[in-house]
Amino acid sequence: MSAITGGASIQGSAERAERLARAWRLWMTAGPGLFWIVVFLLLPSLILLGIGFFSIGNYGNPHLPLSLEPMREVAGYSILGWSPDNLATILRSLLQAISAAGLTILLAYPVVFFIITRPPALRPLLLLFVILPSWTNQVVRTYAWMELLGPGSTLSHLAQGAGLIPPHLGLMPGILAMQIGLTYNYLPYMVVPLYAAAEKLDWSLVEAGRDLYASGRRLFWSAVFPQTIPGLLSGIILVAIPAFGDYVVPTLLGGGKSMMIGSLIASQFLDTPNWPYGAALTIFMLIFTCAGLIVFRVMSKRLGSSEGSMI
Amino acid sequence: MAEPAMLPRIAGQADAATSSAPTSGIAPRGAIRLEGISRVFGGGVVAVDRIDLDIQAGEFFTLLGPSGCGKTTLLRMIAGFETPDAGRILISGREMQSVPPHKRPVNTVFQSYALFPHLSVAENIGFGLRMRGVARPERLARTEQIMALLQIDAFARRNPAQLSGGQRQRVALARALVNEPEVVLLDEPLSALDAKLRAELQVELMRMQKRLGMTFIFVTHDQHEALVMSDRIAVMEQGRMLQVGPVLDVYEQPRSVFVAEFLGLSNIWKFTPRPGNMAETAIGALSIATPITTQRTAMIRPEKIWLYPEADAPRDRPNMFAGVVREAIYMGASTQYNVALAGGAIVLALDTNNQAAERSWGPGERVVLELKPANIMLIDG
Repeated sequence: MSAITGGASIQGSAERAERLARAWRLWMTAGPGLFWIVVFLLLPSLILLGIGFFSIGNYGNPHLPLSLEPMREVAGYSILGWSPDNLATILRSLLQAISAAGLTILLAYPVVFFIITRPPALRPLLLLFVILPSWTNQVVRTYAWMELLGPGSTLSHLAQGAGLIPPHLGLMPGILAMQIGLTYNYLPYMVVPLYAAAEKLDWSLVEAGRDLYASGRRLFWSAVFPQTIPGLLSGIILVAIPAFGDYVVPTLLGGGKSMMIGSLIASQFLDTPNWPYGAALTIFMLIFTCAGLIVFRVMSKRLGSSEGSMI
Repeated sequence: MAEPAMLPRIAGQADAATSSAPTSGIAPRGAIRLEGISRVFGGGVVAVDRIDLDIQAGEFFTLLGPSGCGKTTLLRMIAGFETPDAGRILISGREMQSVPPHKRPVNTVFQSYALFPHLSVAENIGFGLRMRGVARPERLARTEQIMALLQIDAFARRNPAQLSGGQRQRVALARALVNEPEVVLLDEPLSALDAKLRAELQVELMRMQKRLGMTFIFVTHDQHEALVMSDRIAVMEQGRMLQVGPVLDVYEQPRSVFVAEFLGLSNIWKFTPRPGNMAETAIGALSIATPITTQRTAMIRPEKIWLYPEADAPRDRPNMFAGVVREAIYMGASTQYNVALAGGAIVLALDTNNQAAERSWGPGERVVLELKPANIMLIDG
């Protein structure tokens, strides 16, 4: 009788040791990453969330008492009444993000299909050419576009000559320059996931399409495009989300008339400080993006092709 | 019989490919002629080497050969996915070299099935009709008909990923047949299925082909499959056609050692001719029924060898050989005996297990083999 209970307790302690070892392994592997995320992402976000509910101090700093004023400000209310400026900025940012995603899609498809129809040995090199520019600093590349599109540049002279822009003005700053900058900067982030999807394209489906009387455009839409949807969805997310909140491109190429949400937030911390307002804007952007992601995820699930996507 | 009763032919269904090119008037719908077809891949690999072939309309024709023999390349050239480097392809009398795949009156059942994963079963099957602009009501009617015929109507709304291998195979077949092509090309469509399902589908495919009266060109490396299903087979090796003919002829009278060995089991010996129409082989002198001329190889199928217990073997007949059973491989319906003769040569003999236990032998037991002269085939070379 005692032998039996003794055996059970030995078994129990072995189990406990095993559980401890498992917990130890878990924390040792997941711990560092978790620490990083908590300290550098979760905590700052929570602090920001807090700041968003403070009043503004004399120097733009957060101040007691707690207030809903910053949130009202995000919605466009101020002492001067409601203004559509914020709404316009958000919509403009959204449109920029969508059109950047759209343009990168249009550019990426031909590039990707050019690459995957080359000999396999050549493909990584060609892909590298697309990725390579993104290894240099975004600010540097955007400055280069300032030179290329500025008032004295050849492109601007050509545009002036064609009567597209008034004399003595450049293509930069403006919406067009901003769009070029965003598209240029984010193209690799569309090409890479699309390439990943296109490289494992099942060509027998293309043959099946041809065998079943499809050709040209209809063949592409019926047999090729559906296979690239997972990559496309990943690409849209990788491009649209950073483009939505991009700060460098709108600041350098956009000019004052086309304020984007990224610049709006930055100016609350740098130019005319208003930390609570800036924090509230940031939180809004975070929630907005998350909501967008969720909608996107639901949509892609409905498309029935979310398995391969990175979201 | 030429018109399938189940699938009514649709007015104006004589589509672009059927009506545009001038028809010779001689070749019936679904007949195929290959004239000097060659295909050389990069690196000088000759995949298909000057092949001439006539396939009758409504025939179940099988291209049989080991992997890499060129049978799939040949099929792909008929489908239009590969372009021959030389020669002509005629389908129903019309030249096809410059006709792209989507305009050819053929449909393919792919080895991997190649079903569109984003479309349902019914949408997959209706795809070809939709691409040809067949109106929706008719498209649905024909899709339903073919699904009923192949007993897949229960899965109409499922996605291919939700189907078993056999069901996918049926969908792939339905997707080709619903278009009522002149020729159906099948690229090892059963190779991914388990043996029992394969046997079922073999019979079903045959039945479907006879019922619809379309020409089927079937590619396989499985000799059993080829024997079961085909009207005629072509045995291919290294891009060439070694022998073309009705299944029975090719099996019973192989014209080369390769064909004899590829199709079923065989005992093959080189021989030197001796007077009295005798052949001197590694196992001894054999009496041959057919007159020996230039042939120098003799072949006999294992199932055509008679086995006797040592005690009651007939004494007065030619080609009797005593030996010892080395291995007895029991295969259910039959048993294969590997028998070592006095000189050490091994002879394969197959015996059906329709007799009582006294007609079976274990390793080490002595048997007498009879190689009846009429059962010995002579092969050139």
